[in-house]
Amino acid sequence: MHLDHDHHGPAAVSADSHRPDGTRRALRIGLGGPVGSGKTATVAALCRILRDELSLAVVTNDIYTREDAEFLLREAVLPPERITAVETGACPHTAIRDDISANLEAVEDLEDEIGPLDLILVESGGDNLTATFSKGLVDAQIFVIDVAGGDDIPRKGGPGVTTADLLVVNKTDLAPYVGSDLGRMAADAKAQRAELPVVFQSLRTEAGVCEVAGWVRGRLAAWTA
Amino acid sequence: MSRAALLVLADGRFPAGGHAHSGGAEAAVKAGRITGAGSLADFCRGRLHTAGLVSGAVAAAAVLGVDPLELDRATDARTPSPALRVAARKLGRQLMRAGRATWPSAELDALARQFPKGAHQPVVLGLVARAAGLGAEDAAYCAAYESVSGAASAVVRLLSLDPFDATGVLARLAPELDRVADRAVEAARAVVGDGVNALPAASAPLLEIGAEAHAAWAVRLFAS
Amino acid sequence: MTVTGVRATARILARDDGRGGTALPVLEGDGPLALRRTRGSGAEARVMLVGAMSGPLGGDHFAVEAEVGDGARLSVGSAAATIALPGQAKGESRYDVRLNVADGGELCWLPEQLISVHGSDLYVTTRVEVGADARLVLREEQVLGRAGEEPGRLTSRLSVRVAGRMVLDQELACGPGAPGGWDGPAVLGGYRAVGQLVVVRPEFGERPVGARVLGDGVAVMPLAGPAALVTAVAADALRLRRALDEALAAFG
Repeated sequence: MHLDHDHHGPAAVSADSHRPDGTRRALRIGLGGPVGSGKTATVAALCRILRDELSLAVVTNDIYTREDAEFLLREAVLPPERITAVETGACPHTAIRDDISANLEAVEDLEDEIGPLDLILVESGGDNLTATFSKGLVDAQIFVIDVAGGDDIPRKGGPGVTTADLLVVNKTDLAPYVGSDLGRMAADAKAQRAELPVVFQSLRTEAGVCEVAGWVRGRLAAWTA
Repeated sequence: MSRAALLVLADGRFPAGGHAHSGGAEAAVKAGRITGAGSLADFCRGRLHTAGLVSGAVAAAAVLGVDPLELDRATDARTPSPALRVAARKLGRQLMRAGRATWPSAELDALARQFPKGAHQPVVLGLVARAAGLGAEDAAYCAAYESVSGAASAVVRLLSLDPFDATGVLARLAPELDRVADRAVEAARAVVGDGVNALPAASAPLLEIGAEAHAAWAVRLFAS
Repeated sequence: MTVTGVRATARILARDDGRGGTALPVLEGDGPLALRRTRGSGAEARVMLVGAMSGPLGGDHFAVEAEVGDGARLSVGSAAATIALPGQAKGESRYDVRLNVADGGELCWLPEQLISVHGSDLYVTTRVEVGADARLVLREEQVLGRAGEEPGRLTSRLSVRVAGRMVLDQELACGPGAPGGWDGPAVLGGYRAVGQLVVVRPEFGERPVGARVLGDGVAVMPLAGPAALVTAVAADALRLRRALDEALAAFG
């Protein structure tokens, strides 16, 4: 969206695909999902696999301020200047959907301060099944659920499960222990999502985050095309 | 111009970042100074007559065309806590974004160029109000109300306070809010003639000290 | 019968004496405001403000002015606390302090507390102008009521300008008739003593002091300029002084 007057200063409008200097901004991918489903672990795995081929950065949205950011720093998945935490005032979904201003400042500051970036991952704080990212903040979103949270989650649906650009069903290695039926989850997800993709992953296996990383590469190719 | 624009600007859902800030309430709750609706009312009253009055006057002066740089510096001098200066500039930057997207104006673009990392929120609020076609009184009301509404909704989350009690606190402050807005506008008019030293400088030691303590916590729910 | 308050002004002018010391070409007390030069140390001249009468009473208007020139070093204290009392004259009393420290000058302004007695009504203003290369330590302490007593009305405005730019402008209003909430959890929260310590040093421009909280109710805050403010609240004057002394010592 462009406003009908000249822009000289920093962009006022979030979804602009270009930075004020005319260069294309980084692709922004959001990762949302319930508490404990493995969002931060997925972000960490994506950073490890993509950091050598792409210039990337991460914005975390914690409930208790910097916890997820601290985890990523401890794991040293990226240099510290590439990880920023946004404080969300006890309402993580507000910061990614209803009032995205703090997150937009964070992604823009990352691009301003560490130079051109290919990709910024925006991780939401653990929230509920209705929490989705605003299109003003991210270009695509991944919703992460896990088999231990109950195999009826895909059937229950909700905006995250039904509309996310990619649904990730995490911790498949736990399925036998928690009595989750992966086949049923896949069928329910298909029914809810039609043609939208679903990835089943376990970060403990060798394949790990590869499939999700492949999807991210595909989105990036489309973004820069 | 439309007075209803004031409702849009003053709406707690206006996407300018306020939801992540408690106006010092989180620090006061942790220190045991806010424990329920009664102490929340005292807290809000103190904020209203100090931070609220100063913000209201700065916002109103910005509507009246006082130089934003002068107002920003005067606000710095009235905000000794560096944590509060940082929070106010962050919120100013977020409001600038929301304001420019909502009421595009060359004046807001110029302010964004002058303060790429954000001016003090009340300065921006005044110019956003101006861009929305609102007057000095509207901006003063908006700033004064924001000085207490954010704290009240934060305490609902922090203490699981009954939301009707918190809203009742705000409603009972209304007559005082009227007086503070009047004083703020009067001061802003004086600034037009006499310069920014005519701005009120009402201070609240516990808000300043509490903000510094809060900024040093490792774990907190709100940004300020 | 109309009762009018007392007007009194005291003036201090400190100059480099050209021999490595500080001369006081002007040292004028007036009525209740008497000044005494006391033994200084090294290049510093020391002056004691001696309250010959207790005051200010209602309707009184006191003023103290000090000017410190290039190369001069002045330290000012007071012999006892200043006590704001109710008087027979109507209206508020005023106490205005004007301090000016030129480039290359240094001022330590460390008076005793101001005690706001029940029924008094005082408006204090302290305005300080500091040159870009000057140094300042300034302490102000307000005590709300004598022991166990409700305070009077006290409004105190403190502004500090460094090299022409305002770095601090604050006003604290408390006591009966002050705007609401002054004794509540946002402002004083029941504390009966409140103080400020302002330190201006040219080197703070390059290396500002770090913000920190010293115990409960004391914060050290770098201002937007080569200056720092310590704000403290305490239950009483003694605890307040201890907190401010500790904070001052930490500046080195």
